Amino acid sequence: MPKLSYLKALNRALGDELASDESVFVLGEDVRVAASNLTAGLFDRFGPERVLDTPLSEQAFTNFATGAALAGLRPVIEFQIPSLLFLVFEQIANQAHKFSLMTGGQCQVPVTYVVPGSGSRTGWAGQHSDHPYSLFAHVGVKTVVPSCPADAYGLLLSAIRDNDPVVVFAPAGALGIRDDVEYADLKAVPLGVGQVVREGSDVTVVALGHLVQEALAVADELPGQVEVFDPRTVYPLDVDGLAASVAKTRRLVVIDDSNRTSGFAAEVLAVAAERFDLVVPPRRVTRPDGAVLPFALALDRAVQPGRDHLVAAIHAVLKGDQ
Amino acid sequence: MGTVDLYRTVRLIRRFEERAISFVRSGEIVGGIHPYVGQEAIAAGVCAALRPDDVITSTHRGHGHVLAKGANPARMLAELMGRESGLNKGRGGSMHAADFGLGILGANAIVGAAGSIATGAAWAYQRQGKDIVAVSFFGDGAMNEGMLLEAFNLAALWRVPVVFVCENNGYATTMPVESAVAGSITGRARAFGMPAFTIDGQDPEKVLAATTAAVGRARSGRGPTFLECTTYRFDAHHTFEHRARLNYRSTEELSTGRSRDPVEIQGARLAAEQRAAVDAEIEALLDAAAGIAMGSAHPDPAAALEFLYASAEVMR
Ligand SMILES: Cc1ncc(C[n+]2csc(CCOP(=O)(O)OP(=O)(O)O)c2C)c(N)n1
Repeated sequence: MPKLSYLKALNRALGDELASDESVFVLGEDVRVAASNLTAGLFDRFGPERVLDTPLSEQAFTNFATGAALAGLRPVIEFQIPSLLFLVFEQIANQAHKFSLMTGGQCQVPVTYVVPGSGSRTGWAGQHSDHPYSLFAHVGVKTVVPSCPADAYGLLLSAIRDNDPVVVFAPAGALGIRDDVEYADLKAVPLGVGQVVREGSDVTVVALGHLVQEALAVADELPGQVEVFDPRTVYPLDVDGLAASVAKTRRLVVIDDSNRTSGFAAEVLAVAAERFDLVVPPRRVTRPDGAVLPFALALDRAVQPGRDHLVAAIHAVLKGDQ
Repeated sequence: MGTVDLYRTVRLIRRFEERAISFVRSGEIVGGIHPYVGQEAIAAGVCAALRPDDVITSTHRGHGHVLAKGANPARMLAELMGRESGLNKGRGGSMHAADFGLGILGANAIVGAAGSIATGAAWAYQRQGKDIVAVSFFGDGAMNEGMLLEAFNLAALWRVPVVFVCENNGYATTMPVESAVAGSITGRARAFGMPAFTIDGQDPEKVLAATTAAVGRARSGRGPTFLECTTYRFDAHHTFEHRARLNYRSTEELSTGRSRDPVEIQGARLAAEQRAAVDAEIEALLDAAAGIAMGSAHPDPAAALEFLYASAEVMR
C-alpha cells in the first residue's frame, strides 16, 4: 500500500476538487510556488486563474473570496500562519459567516480557509504558534481539525463542497504523519461526524488533530482501557458519537491544544455535565489560561498539553480522584 | 436614463428617508437609521449608469443605493420594520438590506469592508466570462480603513471591473475629513494606478456622466475607476444623534450645505407640472408601501436562527 502523508493528502484533495469543479479556485500568499507545499503542482496543472497568488493583503483577499463566493465560485484560501486568522476574524466571523442569515437566506458563502501548520511549529514562538480553532467554533463557523491523512483528504473535500464557510486547521504536528492508504479508498468524510479511533472500556479520551497520536500512544500503555474519540469537526460537534462512547466508559478526559478558559475542552466538559452520566468528574488537559507560546524549546513544550499531562489525567479519573 | 427618471429616483429616496425617519420617531422602526438625505444624487446617478445585472455593495447609510438599484420600496420599508415580507425577511434591517436578484450584494455595517467583497465578485464574474461590473459605495471615513486600501491594490493590479464610489460628505460621524485624511482622497486612489476623479455629488447628471465613463472602462477590461463624489449630509449621522446632542456643525455650515439640494437641482430641470406629477406618483407609491409594510407579519421567534447555514443538514 502506498504511504500518504497528511500534507500530501490535503494537496491531493485540493487538486481533485480543482479538477472536478470549475468553480473551485485557490488563493493565498506564495501559492504559486507552493511555499507550504499545500498547493504543490497545482499552478502548473490549473494555471493562474485557478491558483491565484495574492499580495500580502489578508483582510482584502479574505473578503475578496466572500465576494467571489457570492458570485458563484468556491474559493479556498491558504493562510501561511495560524495567527493570520486573528487579522481576518472580522472577515470570516462578521462577514462570511453572517451573510446567509442577515440576507434572509438569499446567498451562500462557500469559502474554505485552510491553515497548513497550526499550533506550535517548534521554535516559531509567540506570534506563530496559536491554534485558534476554539474561536471559530464559538462564533459558529464550521471548524475542522483532521488527525490523519485519510481524514485530511476527506474533510478538506467536504469543506470545499460545503455551502458555508469552513475553517480547516491542519496542525503542524500532524502534517508529517504518513499512513498506508489505498488512493482508491480516499473519500469525502462528512463534517460533524466523529470517530472512535481506538476502543476501550474505562475512559473516553477526546483528542483532536495531532493529539490523537498522543492519545493513541497513551492507550497503548493501558491496553483495552482507553477509548480514543476524535471528533474531527470541532463545530458542529458530534455529540451523539461522543455520547455513545461515554455511555460505555462513563469517564471522560479531553486533551485540547488551545487555551483553557472558554476553549474546546471547556465545551466538551459542559456538554458532559449537561448530558452524560459520569462516575467521576471529567478532566481537561489544555494550554494554560491565556497562554502565549514562549520560544525556548523547554518552555514551548511546558505550555502545550502533552503525553505526561494526559497520563496523569487518565489515572486520576480511573482512580476516581477529584 | 432621462432627466425625469433621475428626478424620480432622488425624490423617491428623499421621501422614503423622510418617512423612515418619522417611523423611527413613532417607534415602527426600532434601532434607528442613518439617513441619506442630501446625498441622493450619488445613488441615483451611479445606479442609472448600471445594467440590471451589474452589482453593488452598500454601506450603513445604504437606503438610497438599494432603492436606486431597484429595490421594492414596500419590501425595503418592511425590512426596516423587521417584517417577514422585508427584502431580507426581517433578518437584516437598515444596515444589511440586500436583494441578490437585483444585484444588491448587501449593505454592510463595517466601514470599508465591502470594497473587497465587490472586487472579489467582479473578478469572479469576469472569470466566468460575464461582463458584469461591480460598484462599491463607501464614505470618506472608509478611506482610512486598511482593508479598503488593500482592495484598491488588488483591483488595480488585476484590472478588476469595479468602480469605487467614495461619498465624501465631509464627516465620519463627527470627524471632519480634513482632520482625518492626510493627502487627498483622489490622490490616494491615483497612487494605486487607477484613474480617480472628484465630481459634484449633488448633481445627478454629473454623477451619471462620470459613472457611465467609469462603467464603460470597467466593462471593456480596463480596470477600476475611483470616483470621489463631494456631497453633504443634511441630517444627523444617525437618528440617535439628537439624543446624544452632538454639536459639530455650525448653523451656518448646515445652511450652506443644504443650499445645494439634489432634489432641487434635478427638479429644476423639469417643468412644474411634470415635477408635480412625479411627486404625486411617489407619494402614492410610498403610501402604499407604508401600508404594505405595516400590514405584514412579524417573523416567528421560533425561526430566529433560520438561514444561519446554507447547508442546514450538517447542523444538528
Ligand atoms: C470599521 C468600523 N469602524 C467604526 C464603525 C462605526 N461607524 C459607523 S458609521 C461611521 C462613520 C463612517 O463615516 P463615513 O465612512 O465617512 O460614512 P458616512 O457615515 O459619512 O456616510 C463609524 C465610525 C464601523 N461601523 N465600522
